[in-house]
Amino acid sequence: MRALTEEETQTLFSKLANYTGRSLNNLIQPPSDSSKEGERYVFRLHDSRVYYMKLSIANLATSISRENLLSLGTCLGKFTKTGKFRLHITALDIIAPHARYKVWIKPNGEMPFLYGGNIVKAHIGRWSEDCPEHQGVVVFSMDDKPLGFGVTARSTAETRRLDPTSITVFRQADVGEYLREEDTLFTTT
Amino acid sequence: MGVGRRMQKQGPPPDLGKKRKSFEAEDGTRGKKRKTSENSRPVAPSSQSSNGKSNSGLTQHTEGNFVNGERSKRNHGKASVKSGKAVTLGDDSSDVDAADLFGGFDSDEDAITNGLGDAALGDGDALRDDFLDSGSSIYDSEPEQETARFSDDDGSDAEEKLTAANIEGLSRKLQSAQDEEAVQAAQELQDDALQTNISAEVNDLSDTQAISAQLAPDLQLLRTRITDTIRILDNFSTLHDPSCSRSSYTSQLLEDICIYYGYSPYLAEKLFSLFTPSEAFAFFESNETPRPLVIRTNTLRTSRRSLAQALINRGVTLEPVGKWSKVGLQIFESQVPLGATPEYLAGHYILQAASSFLPVMALAPQEDERILEMAAAPGGKSTYIAALMKNTGILFANDSNKNRAKALIGNIHRLGAKNTIISSHDARAFPKIIGGFDRILLDAPCSGTGVIAKDPSVKTNKTETDFLRLPHLQKQMLLAAIDSVDHASKTGGYVVYSTCSVTVEENEGVVQYALSRRPNVKLVETGLGFGVEGFKRYRGKTFDEKMGWTRRFYPHKYNVDGFFVAKLKKTGPSPQTKMDVKGNGTNKGKEADVAMVDKTPMVDDEKENGEDDDFGGFDDEEDEKIIERAERQRLKRKGLNPKSALKGGKTGVAANDADPVRKANTTGGQ
Repeated sequence: MRALTEEETQTLFSKLANYTGRSLNNLIQPPSDSSKEGERYVFRLHDSRVYYMKLSIANLATSISRENLLSLGTCLGKFTKTGKFRLHITALDIIAPHARYKVWIKPNGEMPFLYGGNIVKAHIGRWSEDCPEHQGVVVFSMDDKPLGFGVTARSTAETRRLDPTSITVFRQADVGEYLREEDTLFTTT
Repeated sequence: MGVGRRMQKQGPPPDLGKKRKSFEAEDGTRGKKRKTSENSRPVAPSSQSSNGKSNSGLTQHTEGNFVNGERSKRNHGKASVKSGKAVTLGDDSSDVDAADLFGGFDSDEDAITNGLGDAALGDGDALRDDFLDSGSSIYDSEPEQETARFSDDDGSDAEEKLTAANIEGLSRKLQSAQDEEAVQAAQELQDDALQTNISAEVNDLSDTQAISAQLAPDLQLLRTRITDTIRILDNFSTLHDPSCSRSSYTSQLLEDICIYYGYSPYLAEKLFSLFTPSEAFAFFESNETPRPLVIRTNTLRTSRRSLAQALINRGVTLEPVGKWSKVGLQIFESQVPLGATPEYLAGHYILQAASSFLPVMALAPQEDERILEMAAAPGGKSTYIAALMKNTGILFANDSNKNRAKALIGNIHRLGAKNTIISSHDARAFPKIIGGFDRILLDAPCSGTGVIAKDPSVKTNKTETDFLRLPHLQKQMLLAAIDSVDHASKTGGYVVYSTCSVTVEENEGVVQYALSRRPNVKLVETGLGFGVEGFKRYRGKTFDEKMGWTRRFYPHKYNVDGFFVAKLKKTGPSPQTKMDVKGNGTNKGKEADVAMVDKTPMVDDEKENGEDDDFGGFDDEEDEKIIERAERQRLKRKGLNPKSALKGGKTGVAANDADPVRKANTTGGQ
């Protein structure tokens, strides 16, 4: 377990900013900036996975040996072997409250999305206006449950002209992965 | 069809009661076809041959039968039967057979004697004309009975008979009618026999034991006997038969329970001795029915009210689990798979048995504490702890099994617990890795005798060694837990020990051991509103007088899994000398101890070398340097400071110097 290097931080933050926009600052420096050092949130890299946790937790985790430490705080995703960063569904907790663009899907669209499908126009209940193309969005159900995230296929303006069955958001991660990918999502090998 | 009927009865015997009914239903078809029964009589020799009673002569006769049967069904069949009888008469001692035949009417043992039935018939040749029919019916039916009962033991008999029956090639209709009649008669007889048995059983335990050993168990009969025995045991002074002792009743009951529920005798005895007979019966009964499905609301994400509303909208019938929990919901019926609803995936609830709420409630985690769960997978309790801490403080969730830990990681992330560190250490290593916890939950690995309803394999696969090995492990883990707790914690200093087992060895025994080995802990109340008190004494063992504060939960009492919860509070530091932790470097006296032991061989070596001088011409000084260097390196490898260790050691050596045995040993070692 170690802190991220400059380069890794760059990659990670640019990825996160795709979803959170400027409120990424809140993640790095939470608004309730308390005087206690242990309350600061930090990013740590362990076995190519990036975890986000309070500093006090990171400090205590140093007593667990590397091979026996499986996870700490919240896992955000992992660095691929080529050095890119891939967000996992577990990061949803962190980015959902700070999401810049959001998409709400109707109840009949929930299950197709949770089974790993992309979102078609007919399933969209409402969404943030002025969303550009290929922009990261967080997907919510109509009662504001975060369900996953993805990238838009078209900008909002273009989508209006599409027919109901055309894909508007490409899925990147959904909470169904907790069941589907349990074996691969959390292995730290 | 005749063959088909036989085929049907080859399998494991269905409930005798049902069989009987079905035959009674066929009663109407009987009546007039009596005479035809003779035709099927050739079956008898063949069945006899299958019973291994025949010789080659008999088989010849059966062959003859078959030919005759082919040509003309009635007359030749008769003749052949007679010939068959003649043979059997020659073979067997007719006296015994006759006795058996008549004995078979009023005892259940006819199942064994039936093979001899036809010889007995031969005996009854004189009575033939009117007795033969009824006799033949017995004699035909009895082999069938036998195949039904012994089918578990040996299939080859039945097959042999089958082929013989095939060969006969008799008229199917006639034969089936005859069979029905035969079975019918036999059933009537047996009914009588069974009834007499029931009435007689209480008086004659040995007889019933013999029966139960011989037969595939008749469950209804067994059940009646179990309830009868329990009734007697509960009211022993008035109801018991003076000729039988309580222990003989008990052993009979245990035997019946083993057969009826499929427990291994060892486990049945172990569980039985925890309860009164009637309570034990209720316990065994409730292990056959599943516990209700319960979910726990994740208060980090939602409230129970809104979760219940969301699930009701999906067509789930539910209800709060009880007054004792504010987060549990009991599921009665569900249209959707509860493990895959959007609410589940979004982490609003987790499927969790009601019993596993209890240790966490007893632990009562507070905000901003440091808490350890030693065997955390699959994470139901860990996430409950995190929810009660409201994601503050730090939760160490440890599970030694990395594969199980996957589910743990998944659940912790799904339910949004952010204050966790998940590790895969052996729980016994714990005070060495990190200590100073405010609270520790130890839900120890156990035999699972409380969750037999969930995993019936426990009934048979737990042996005596398991009940030695598991408590041993549990004791080590509990001591490790006690040593890892911070006694000076302002808010805590508690250890909660729980198992999903009901045996005393794994529960009170382990707690008692911890109390005796660690005088700095004491039992405190669990704070759970219900549950049976733990045993204060059990089979001659006396436990701590506060053991009543521990809580046991039984499936038959509360409809939760069998469970045990004990809460301990640490009042002072663990005595360092008793801790089996090496090389933590904080305790100076201890380090000196280690060094003293380490140093001994070195000095001994010097002496030995000195004595051996004459033979080898060793250079003492040179050797000493090399030895000392090696010793320093060894100490360094062990993580000790060689300077201080060697210094401390030299003083210690003087004391040990005079011990010749030790000297010899250590040199041998080097």
